[in-house]
Amino acid sequence: MKLPPGVTSKDFADALKQLEGAVGKSWVFSSDEDVALYRDAYSPFWGEPEERVASAAVAPDGVEQVQKVVKIANTYKIPIYPISTGKNLGYGGSAPNLSGSLVLDLKRMNRILDVNPRNHSALVEPGVSYFDLYRYIQEKGYKLWIDVPDPGWGSPIGNSLDHGGGYLQPMYRNHFDSHCGMEVVLPNGELLRTGMGALPDAQTWQQYKFGFGPWIDGMFSQSNLGVVTKMGFWLMPEPDAYLTGTVTVPKYGDLIPLVDILTFLENSGVSNAMPGLGSPLLGGFMMPPPAPEVTALLQKTGGDISSPDLQKYAQDKSVPYWSCTVKFYGPVKGIQAHWEYAKEKFSAIPGAKFQDGEFYKLPLTPEQFKQVHKPEFGIPSLETFSIGARSAINPNPSAGHIWFSPIIPRTGEAVLEANKVFSKAAKDFGLPVLSFSLPSTYWMRAFIFIFGFPITHDVATNKKNRESFKKLIQIAAEHGWGEYRTAPAFQDAVMETYSFNNHALRRFHETIKDAVDPNGIISAGRYGIWPKHLRGTKA
Amino acid sequence: MSKLVAILLAALASQAYAADTVIAKGKQVYEYWCLTCHGPELPGTMALEAKYKGSKPALLAERTDLLPPITKTFVRKGVSVMPFFRKTEISDADLDAIAAYLARNTSAK
Repeated sequence: MKLPPGVTSKDFADALKQLEGAVGKSWVFSSDEDVALYRDAYSPFWGEPEERVASAAVAPDGVEQVQKVVKIANTYKIPIYPISTGKNLGYGGSAPNLSGSLVLDLKRMNRILDVNPRNHSALVEPGVSYFDLYRYIQEKGYKLWIDVPDPGWGSPIGNSLDHGGGYLQPMYRNHFDSHCGMEVVLPNGELLRTGMGALPDAQTWQQYKFGFGPWIDGMFSQSNLGVVTKMGFWLMPEPDAYLTGTVTVPKYGDLIPLVDILTFLENSGVSNAMPGLGSPLLGGFMMPPPAPEVTALLQKTGGDISSPDLQKYAQDKSVPYWSCTVKFYGPVKGIQAHWEYAKEKFSAIPGAKFQDGEFYKLPLTPEQFKQVHKPEFGIPSLETFSIGARSAINPNPSAGHIWFSPIIPRTGEAVLEANKVFSKAAKDFGLPVLSFSLPSTYWMRAFIFIFGFPITHDVATNKKNRESFKKLIQIAAEHGWGEYRTAPAFQDAVMETYSFNNHALRRFHETIKDAVDPNGIISAGRYGIWPKHLRGTKA
Repeated sequence: MSKLVAILLAALASQAYAADTVIAKGKQVYEYWCLTCHGPELPGTMALEAKYKGSKPALLAERTDLLPPITKTFVRKGVSVMPFFRKTEISDADLDAIAAYLARNTSAK
């Protein structure tokens, strides 16, 4: 058994006894076999001495048990690492930042405490998964959609605290933005409720976010200042219908006005479902592959997507350089009018052409249900794993993946520049050269690139990928692009890049950490925030 | 003698009932935890289709060769992009039940 740093085996054994008293013997896991289940299945350090592993795990069944665990951890100065459903794969899974931490597994706290079908909200515990909440709503017959990330087995609480996103209307798509009120066990064991929850007997905990005074909810996201035990979320009323339409534009430079018009439509609320950018010429994710002539031209020019030859090919063959699929939820007449308005706006680009896409009156029929990308309809799914799992086109799957995911400006110019920068970096590092990539549109106001790095069980390959990953973080930062979220293995490296004014932000985090959690027991090192006694030894 | 036979029959019936109960529970737990990836046309099923190329059913629930230790190994060790599952997710008792359900058509139990 790995011991928590600085804790004697006797103290740890005593603490485990007390934990058994607090939660029941069967919910304290300390055998090697059980603790191994808390490894990060997609760890980029898999099987290496640096792999972050737990010492033991404890699984409380309620907030009072969480408070007891936190108090015991303080007594023995044992670092604890809360997880919700433990399915944050690609961003750390269920393993702690600091090896030897005691994992606080909240999966047993899986109660759906309230769903309000009239004002469209929910209040849940951390162990509730998106599947659980969806099934509950279906059983009740409520016309409510939940905004789900692609893998639906995660926790609404865990996902939102880690700044995850989904696919519905922008006000729900950012999962932390769509939360309303939380309950937190503080590092000293005290219970805190935020927003209107601070008002005893409040009737509006899930209705008004801010309560009174400073709004502190953000301090518990991507953070280590408490254990979130309840959280409210706003849900989307099921719309009448869903409509998509695609605009294509002919020229290389058209990406710039295309993005600007899309941004106008989204920021105006006209396009209110997650749009998708594509390139009929270049192919790529979710697009047909490029013509062999295009592939040959790209090879000839070292991947230069702006080469005169390629532009001439696109013009001669009338293959559009870019496409944008805009999507709409709402009443039938309204979304049809919004699509007409979008076409008017995109018509400012000479040569723009339009194609009507999907149209569904909701709810979906069983046949439609099978065909659609489920998260765009508030339906949790694991279908996204078909990308990485074994298949006819992927006969030798990896053991997992991690995501490199920088935020870039929402402009066509930034998309083109980022591609040049990351393609060059990939060549320099000997990685498979990235084909041209278009960003994802999860967030309002900014774009995000999401590049997958495979995880293997080969130490040399993982080492090479880790080094490339760290260099990409640095290169992105040099261009003003920062990671929005990352696995524990890279959290120090990313936090290091958020360095304005001699790391004023990190120093502020540390000041708060020292005040709120003087023993440094909660999630030491999470998002690059270390307790005082470990600071400087890990980063 | 007839009393002894009756006791034996009752014991056998009781065992069969218990086995049926475990299998029914296993089906329920399997559908909760596994079917979201191992249902028709889902990634787990497609992965097994690519692996066995028709020599075995791609749907786990249709397999006739899944001895309980095999099921338990995959759930607790994972394979490829399928992670392992903790005991707070699938308890040992639930895993026994899933394994019994998937072994219900396996002759060499």
